[in-house]
Amino acid sequence: MGLFNSIKSIFSKNKNQLTNEEQLIVEKAEKYKKGMEKTRSSMMGKLKALFESYDRVNDDLFNELEEIFIMADIGVNTVLELMDEIKSDVRIRNVANMKEFQSIIIDKIFSIYVKDEIVDTNLNLNENGLTVILFVGVNGVGKTTSIGKIAYKLQNEGKKVMLAAGDTFRAGAIDQLKIWADRVGCPCVTKAPGSDPASVMYEAIQLAKAQNIDVLLCDTAGRLQTKVNLMKELEKVHRVISREVPGAPHETLLVIDATTGQNGMNQARAFTEATNVTGIVLTKLDGTAKGGIVLAIRNELGIPIKFVTMGEKITDLEYFDIEQYIYGLFSDMFV
Amino acid sequence: MAFDSLSDRLQQALRKVTGRGTLTETDIETMMREVRLSLLEADVNYKVVKDFTNEVKAKALGERVLKSITPGQQVVKIVFEELKRVMGDEAEGLRFKPQGTTIFMLVGLNGTGKTTHAGKLALYCRRKYNKNPLLVAADVYRPAAIDQLVTIGKQLSIPTFEMGTNYTPEEIVKKAIDYAKENKHDLVIIDTAGRFHVNEELMAELRRLKEIAQPDEILLTVDAMTGQDAVNVSQSFHEQLNVTGVILTKLDGDTRGGAALSIRRVTGVPIKFMGLGEKLDQLEVFHPERMASRILGMGDVLTLLEKAQDAINEEEAELMAKKFKNATFDYNDFLKQIKQIRRLGSIKGLLSLIPGLGSQLKNIEIDENQFNHIVAIINSMTEEERHNPDIINASRKQRIARGSGRDISEVNRLTKQFEEMRQMRRKMMNMSPKEMERMMNNLNRPGGQPSTPVSYSKGKGKNKGRRAPWF
Ligand SMILES: Nc1nc2c(ncn2[C@@H]2O[C@H](COP(=O)(O)OP(=O)(O)OP(=O)(O)O)[C@@H](O)[C@H]2O)c(=O)[nH]1
Ligand SMILES: [Mg+2]
Repeated sequence: MGLFNSIKSIFSKNKNQLTNEEQLIVEKAEKYKKGMEKTRSSMMGKLKALFESYDRVNDDLFNELEEIFIMADIGVNTVLELMDEIKSDVRIRNVANMKEFQSIIIDKIFSIYVKDEIVDTNLNLNENGLTVILFVGVNGVGKTTSIGKIAYKLQNEGKKVMLAAGDTFRAGAIDQLKIWADRVGCPCVTKAPGSDPASVMYEAIQLAKAQNIDVLLCDTAGRLQTKVNLMKELEKVHRVISREVPGAPHETLLVIDATTGQNGMNQARAFTEATNVTGIVLTKLDGTAKGGIVLAIRNELGIPIKFVTMGEKITDLEYFDIEQYIYGLFSDMFV
Repeated sequence: MAFDSLSDRLQQALRKVTGRGTLTETDIETMMREVRLSLLEADVNYKVVKDFTNEVKAKALGERVLKSITPGQQVVKIVFEELKRVMGDEAEGLRFKPQGTTIFMLVGLNGTGKTTHAGKLALYCRRKYNKNPLLVAADVYRPAAIDQLVTIGKQLSIPTFEMGTNYTPEEIVKKAIDYAKENKHDLVIIDTAGRFHVNEELMAELRRLKEIAQPDEILLTVDAMTGQDAVNVSQSFHEQLNVTGVILTKLDGDTRGGAALSIRRVTGVPIKFMGLGEKLDQLEVFHPERMASRILGMGDVLTLLEKAQDAINEEEAELMAKKFKNATFDYNDFLKQIKQIRRLGSIKGLLSLIPGLGSQLKNIEIDENQFNHIVAIINSMTEEERHNPDIINASRKQRIARGSGRDISEVNRLTKQFEEMRQMRRKMMNMSPKEMERMMNNLNRPGGQPSTPVSYSKGKGKNKGRRAPWF
């Protein structure tokens, strides 16, 4: 039936007719809808104008749609691919009316993300022992803040969490993480500024084991992926973690800022090479940027998105859900 | 695989269209598509790209490109010049009050580099203008933001004014300015909290801070990795605050930085500085031409193209091409070429421009004198010999060797190489693009090196980049 219609059918139901599962979907959708309000309003304005000014599908319409995708930072390669798919579908199904066209757009974005796989958005948690999650990324994307929020979420899910202050470089970074730990109410392992980050991880792991911690969240200093020495340092951090806990890090999450353009692809490539990235945290979706680069990253490198953040509060973080993300971008089209 | 630079792209596109003399308007259209894609890949805003390529196209349709023997390079040059022009041909300096306390305020999205650049600017102004700056910690929201600025201040031995997080930024700024005046600080740099341009509450706070501080500069920090949204962000900050300058940060990475063009084009606000690292002295005045080549994906090689075009003007190049074709290329021409190339810099410098080779070159000794030796040998030839290379026989070679103080084997090598080069170039001039490609592939194999050593070059300083684009 396609994503478009299935979401639409849920939302057209009366609130008290919904199953529990549908209820949850609606709740989460509301969060995305609210969080991505600014993102959407700039995008929807354009789409709306687009659909209003055309009464049939033609080349100009395609060109303008392409423009909207490019403006969402999805990137030239993936946009061209997306456009080809949409065009061929429109041709095959002989689409004439706008509603049908809209549903094709949404389904195609969906399938670019999902491919033919089952996308696992759950965290890979070690059920019988310590889980270690390593956070990596360039400067200023929001690693530390995301760790605070994820710690809070996991703790609310009943996990015992601990933080490791691996950013020993940036002024004030250790204090910043400590403040988050206080807010969450969890322990935080720190060493003096300038210490070897790998040694911070080593100590944190020993402490986590001794205290029967479920999940250890490891912060690292932001670094541009082109800095060879700093990437080597990160490899070492990764190596120490996997040496100390078999199978760890269970997740290596690359944090990407939604305002990031095409450089996001370079980031994903380089950090994956150094630390085998398993998922993405997409931050700052509460602005006007769309974060479309993560679709390109998923499309070209296969890395899934695990979390999105949409605000500065400790609760402003959600498990990523492609349907909800698309809904957040296009919700006005569902009414 | 995406093409890295506009030059590569155009080369690729031209392979399809060249080989039949002059270009048509359709060919230009094909090239414009490449220009467009290249700019989009560099994160230049879609709308800006559209306008920009239309302008470039109009220029490219001029005679020069259509008739040029190097149309791809002409287009690159036009795009490059336009980029440079739009981004501001001259760097704009900071505005200081002639007397009294100058006030700068840094604003921007979260994590773009405000705090770091508050420190960098303080250091820069102390060094360059002999200022006595005061840093002001007005970010009371982000955890440990004040600690961060205080730490930076300590590293620089520059005082930081802070009142903790229990006062409003308005109160802090007001007190800070009084404090600065009392303590003979002639420069106040205010670090504000990161915020979204669409956060009305926090944007109103910035407007109030502006009202209180009456800053001489409101500097917007923008992350060079920003994508299409750079336009919304800068436009919105500018509308609400009348920004006086932009600092483009994190340019030490591999981002193409198309945001620079978008911002300048849409807001007209000058980009004043580039942030080139986390260290506090890694700040430079904005260079439009370096930014232009970067956006085009050519590292700083375009600066080099400029140099090359200064050194080898197109008329001269055309004359050389004709000479090859008619087989009249002689030692005088060769000498002229060597001189042109030498004007561009050292051989090692030239080679270090090749991506990936730079670091390997460190341990390799390159005989910079080799060119001088060649020049000496040619100088020892008679005018007749230079003009008529075929007459150089064994006994003439003996004499030339003696005259130049070089070994006879060197003279032999030069004449042999010259002959090979002449033949190769003659062949090339009459080749179809396909044949040319095949030949280039052969040359790139080990053991098949071309005997003329030079097709790379570099200017002074720390340019780096890729293949010399005029080849
Ligand atoms: N590589 C590189 N990193 C930079 C540059 N400028 C800032 N950074 C880093 O980017 C990160 C964020 O910089 P901050 O100065 O804290 O940015 P901010 O705008 O003050 O951040 P908030 O106050 O949290 O909004 C830090 O890790 C800095 O070290 C730069 O030019 N190059
Ligand atoms: Mg700051």
